[in-house]
Amino acid sequence: MKPIRRSPDWLRSLGARLGFGSDRGVRSGLSSSGSSSIPRFVTRLGKPRHTMRSLAAGSLAAGLIASGAGLLVDLPAMPLITTAHAAAPQATPAAANATTTATTAVTTPTAAPRSDLVKRGEYLARAGDCIACHTAPRGKLFAGGLAMDTPFGTLYSPNITPDPQYGIGTWSEDAFFKMMRTGRKPDGTLIYPAMPIAQYTKVTREDSDAIFAFLRTVEPVREPNRKHTLRFPFNQRELLYGWRTLYFHEGEFKPDPAQSVEWNRGAYLVEGLGHCSMCHTRINMLGGSSQREQFAGGLIPVQNWYAPSLTSDKDGGLGDWSIEDIVDLLQAGISKRGAVYGPMAEVTYHSLQYLSDDDIRAMAVYLKSLPDNRGRKSGPSATPDAQVFALGKQIYADKCALCHGANGEGQLPHYPPLAGNQSIEMDSAVNPIRIVLNGGFPPGTKRNPEPYGMPPFGQELNDTEAAAVVTFIRTAWGNHGLPVTAREVNALRNAPLH
Amino acid sequence: MHRRTIGSSVLLFLLYALGSGASLAAAEVPGAMPSAMDERVRACTSCHGVQGQGLNNDYFPRIAGKPADYLFNQLTAFRDGGRTYPPMGYLLAFLPDDYLRKISQYFADLQPPYPEADHGNVSPEVLAAGERLVRHGDPARKIPACIACHGARMTGTQPGIPGLLGLHASYIAGQMGTWRSGTRHALAPDCMHTIAVKLSDRDITAVSSWLARQPRPADPRPAPTAAGPLPLACGSQPQ
Repeated sequence: MKPIRRSPDWLRSLGARLGFGSDRGVRSGLSSSGSSSIPRFVTRLGKPRHTMRSLAAGSLAAGLIASGAGLLVDLPAMPLITTAHAAAPQATPAAANATTTATTAVTTPTAAPRSDLVKRGEYLARAGDCIACHTAPRGKLFAGGLAMDTPFGTLYSPNITPDPQYGIGTWSEDAFFKMMRTGRKPDGTLIYPAMPIAQYTKVTREDSDAIFAFLRTVEPVREPNRKHTLRFPFNQRELLYGWRTLYFHEGEFKPDPAQSVEWNRGAYLVEGLGHCSMCHTRINMLGGSSQREQFAGGLIPVQNWYAPSLTSDKDGGLGDWSIEDIVDLLQAGISKRGAVYGPMAEVTYHSLQYLSDDDIRAMAVYLKSLPDNRGRKSGPSATPDAQVFALGKQIYADKCALCHGANGEGQLPHYPPLAGNQSIEMDSAVNPIRIVLNGGFPPGTKRNPEPYGMPPFGQELNDTEAAAVVTFIRTAWGNHGLPVTAREVNALRNAPLH
Repeated sequence: MHRRTIGSSVLLFLLYALGSGASLAAAEVPGAMPSAMDERVRACTSCHGVQGQGLNNDYFPRIAGKPADYLFNQLTAFRDGGRTYPPMGYLLAFLPDDYLRKISQYFADLQPPYPEADHGNVSPEVLAAGERLVRHGDPARKIPACIACHGARMTGTQPGIPGLLGLHASYIAGQMGTWRSGTRHALAPDCMHTIAVKLSDRDITAVSSWLARQPRPADPRPAPTAAGPLPLACGSQPQ
């Protein structure tokens, strides 16, 4: 892992904002728009990087508590991360010449027929997307070692294969369930919320046992865990008590008897294993996710993609999506309304494409029911500078209209419409700018195995041109987005690509 | 192949015209290339050229006509970390092997015209040194000739060895540099790494300058098989 470039300016400004206690302050401190002082992180290649907003959240919250509020009790018995892992030697890097990627197939090492329990466990592990974090690029399946960059240092996912020394081979079913429910390892160590502990706590005992049974069948890998490299004070695991007090509510998912079985199944998957709120709920002042803002969207720090709202609100929400559209987007990666890209492409690729039609539909039904707070944007579009609009219109005609249509109507199902597309017109311009600069393929899925790719334009459009075309698509055809500046574009040229 | 593509398009056009019984309407058929692969790979061709011929800069090399296995190995290397170029890794991150094989075959089957060979001042001595390494290697330093693997015509060898023509000198030199430094990997045993670490900067300049000045080959197709046993084992080229 290459060293991380820090940004003292950014930390200072974040600290100052935290000091003022302004909710918006943290947001803009973490936001990329218009800021050139975003901490930039070296990208690890071959696999998407993982940004732990909750971890950042936890550390921030805990840091605040430790420094100011004096809520932290003295807990000398809790091992610090530095000591907890002192015995673990540095991981040997995965063989650079491994010829296969372990991320494409989940197989068992034995030829023995797999029990229904194991199959169910594999399915649920897919639903939880365990593989995305617990398998490193070119690494062995579930052997961990994936570097997860946070604003506070780098964490490495642990080995969860059944190896008795380095994996979880000595764990019991009970211990695994306790970890899922309480966010603690069998020895009591608190787990950093890079692991979606606030979501996995909702998983039932039955499902936890199935996942454990499946994990017992994967090939044991003798690879030690890598030591986290969090900076002081974020490497003090006791600080997690602060985070947990605020944001960890232990307990299984409670079905709502007033809702249908389907709705409850969807809620269980979305709020639990699916851990959607890890990205789709924004970070609040203490760096945590507030219940009130559940699923209302937010910028993903470090990765610098905006996870749109999943509620029915005006800004990117699902208010006027059909159930079918949501199902298609989640499962196939493309829909009549748009395609998944960025971090969501990974979720569809590793997880959602494998879920049953019934489960995906249940998730869609639940998501569709999230409350509508503000309604869709309406009224006239913003009026951008006429020259900028004209330049953008010209670039659109030259480079975009071929696929997206002269009037932003798209060509379904492969070229998404841009007119009325919330990804384009939502308040944050991060995603449309990045898609124009970086292009992208939707994930290759069972339902869409050969996706059509959007070309990157970062190399042929300068900042002014890219800003003009993004401004055009955000304000043309009745779209309700706001203009963007060349500076915003420039800042995102350095956003990590993984 | 360019001509063949046009031929196929014409054929499709005719079939469509016959089928629909309205030849005039056929003029409106969108995306005339078979299988719409040209549409699917726009994210590739916007940088590597509509026919994969490469652009006139050092970042976007010719990919057309290279052996399909070679291209597939490169795509998976970018995706999984064996080659490090973030824009490529990002584009390929969530594409499955089957599709990458299809994309590889698509570009392997294209054979667009070669670009103009490099010009500009390079001393005859440097070019002579380059030609010597390409054709004969340097037995004293145990450096095999390039043509021993990449073919006498330097158009590559099926299934995994790429051609060396139609590339800019700086691109070739850049790749030799990444092999030497270990940031570009091939399947083990990584023969190109073994060779590159023996090359001096002067060798790399000489070889890349000479290669980039060679005229278009009369037959641009990769050789179907190696002329003899490879001088060293290469993971990309099973023997």
